[in-house]
Amino acid sequence: MNMIQAINSAHDVMMARDDTVIAMGEDVGFFGGVFRATEHLQKKYGSNRCFDTPISENGIIGTAIGMAAYGLKPVAEIQFADYIYPAFDQLVSEAARMRYRTAGEWNLSLTVRSPYGGGIFGGQTHSQSPESLFAHVAGLKTVIPSNPYDAKGLLIAAIEDPDPVLFFEPKRIYNGPFDGFFDRPVTPWAKHPKAEVPEGHYTVPLGKAAVVREGEAVTVIAYGTMVHVVLATIEAEGIDAEVIDLRTILPIDMDTIEESVKKTGRCVVVHEATRTGGFGGELSALVQERCFYHLEAPVERATGFDTPYPHSLEWAYFPGPIRIGTAIKKALEV
Amino acid sequence: MTSDIERPNRPALSLHVPEPNARPGDEIDFSHIVIPAAGSVRKPDVSASPAETHELVYSLVRVLDDDGNAVGMWDPRLDPDQLRRIYRDMVVVRIFDDRMYRAQRQGKTSFYMKSTGEEAVAVAAAHALDREDMTFPTYRQQGILVARGYPLRDMMCQVYSNRADPLKGRQLPIMYSSRDYGFFTISGNLATQYPQAVGWAMASAIRGDSRIASAYIGDGSTAEGDFHAAVTFAGVYRAPVILNIVNNQWAISSFSGIAGGDLTTFAARAVGYGIAGLRVDGNDPLAVFAATRWAADRARLNLGPTLIEMFTYRVEGHSTSDDPSAYRPKNAGAAWPLGDPIARLKQHLVVLGEWDDAREADLLETVEAEVRAAQREAEKQGTLVTSSIEFPQDVTTMFEDVFEQMPWHLREQQAQMVAELEAKRK
Repeated sequence: MNMIQAINSAHDVMMARDDTVIAMGEDVGFFGGVFRATEHLQKKYGSNRCFDTPISENGIIGTAIGMAAYGLKPVAEIQFADYIYPAFDQLVSEAARMRYRTAGEWNLSLTVRSPYGGGIFGGQTHSQSPESLFAHVAGLKTVIPSNPYDAKGLLIAAIEDPDPVLFFEPKRIYNGPFDGFFDRPVTPWAKHPKAEVPEGHYTVPLGKAAVVREGEAVTVIAYGTMVHVVLATIEAEGIDAEVIDLRTILPIDMDTIEESVKKTGRCVVVHEATRTGGFGGELSALVQERCFYHLEAPVERATGFDTPYPHSLEWAYFPGPIRIGTAIKKALEV
Repeated sequence: MTSDIERPNRPALSLHVPEPNARPGDEIDFSHIVIPAAGSVRKPDVSASPAETHELVYSLVRVLDDDGNAVGMWDPRLDPDQLRRIYRDMVVVRIFDDRMYRAQRQGKTSFYMKSTGEEAVAVAAAHALDREDMTFPTYRQQGILVARGYPLRDMMCQVYSNRADPLKGRQLPIMYSSRDYGFFTISGNLATQYPQAVGWAMASAIRGDSRIASAYIGDGSTAEGDFHAAVTFAGVYRAPVILNIVNNQWAISSFSGIAGGDLTTFAARAVGYGIAGLRVDGNDPLAVFAATRWAADRARLNLGPTLIEMFTYRVEGHSTSDDPSAYRPKNAGAAWPLGDPIARLKQHLVVLGEWDDAREADLLETVEAEVRAAQREAEKQGTLVTSSIEFPQDVTTMFEDVFEQMPWHLREQQAQMVAELEAKRK
């Protein structure tokens, strides 16, 4: 399966198992989603279980919160993460705090899916990576898969999770792993081992990172599309890096990170999102606090620049192999 | 300010900023308010189309006339016992409000908000719903909890944030929550509960349930984007929801004209969204009951949502942090032409021969005693503590319920806080 098919399959599995699971969002119903993530679901489960919504992100999340308060498990789609901001109040002030402010009287089993990230010439409003805005909010979990197997297992885990989960899908790698070498042809998922996706139910636990490559020289922490760019970069540079796919942004799997950095003594954090206030800052601070005596060099960050996401200058903005390679080599120099 | 671009053939534009017709020091003037006679507004069949309610959104459904008689098609014909229950609940709310207001002034809590003059829009509406229907209130519908028999002591414990506070001291006073009593958790963020109520109602419809939702918003908050989202979704999915707008004329210091109510009514918003609309005398408990029952019947019969503007007046300040004499004439509430909801229902009961001075005295004495006893019980559990060392709740609970399971970073912060507290105690 490619990533879209894996996400579609996660919906299908959960909607078949649990009739309180519903899918909703703009163009999600009859049409099956602008990225086809909810294709055939309305036909199979009916328009009471999978339906189109008005173009109103605060309405989508606001009503989904009400449905979750009733006892349903809504999987709400925001068409692009760039358009999640109208729902920011509902997510931050309501979804995140429902359990806390009611002392556990109400909890929301709510999943919010949203295509995210750049590398597709999406310009300013089809490329953003807003994960750190949500990591700053107590009460929200944020998940970002990097391959079809994890996408399905994490999405099922998110739907089953008793807390509200934001599920950001790197749309650049919906159809194939993108390694950052934009001038090379993109390989489809078919040839990738993580495209082997079981048909039925399985989960990938939230809050658990994956060591996708073991190495001794340096720890590189990435998630989403950047996992593939990092792997291609270290291969091209011949660096024996240990690569961690964070998978869940919050709660952070600190055990996996600590174990790795204490072994390698060096750490590089990579993300597409802008640098200042980005999640790399949090990761860098944690590594510094918890691995200080094991560090042999400062923690480096390879990220997007502190500008809005540009259109024509996409490949100057995108943290590709050169920027990542430079950061890794810098961490290795000292 | 003058424009630096001159076009001699065109008049200079000017910005209209609405102003209320009376400010502090002015004579109170409610002459602009058009009040149709009680009983004069027709009652459509519950199956009426939204467009058929067009004239109702510019009128005012009223049942009780100036002499206390129930008149017209909207008279819900309640039996005297039910009228007395509604009356009693409104009296409880007013006395409760007065005591908690005083408790705030005595420093026993940080904050309180009264609902004086608006008791009917919560109490009479709650009486017209089924106990299982979910309400999505704002911070000024404490009457719903009272009408549903929620323990007054528990309400007070929440206001005091004491050791018996059901919300463990996490919420600002009056932000009650009770799933068991169909009272959705109150949020400080205005209007957010409106689309949530619509979603709850959609869920009830998805599940083939028979319960409906009832949402509340104030006149000021209808300007929020969530209002538009909620009525759009309610109209699109014909959700079984009652959308109440409590127009009490004031949003803190801003009069309803600033919210967009100057040349139209709030009920008129309904028709544009394809929703049935009613505009109701919010100080007439019988009109509130009848309109709510009509809307509930529509919702239960899958005939869709109804938007009801409850036309009333915020008699007191916005909150204990507000002084209304800074922006409106003193005693404006007493001059409100639709009167007081409690006094009007009492007059009606007297006209029916179902109430008298002896019963009134008896009721006031009983309710005063009940509220006083609840307050005594609540205060046994403590009042607001402002110490940085001693707290009413176990301090470790601060970290609970952020998530179902406490992640490592919260466990670490919990341990840090416990250590901090131990250091302070030394």
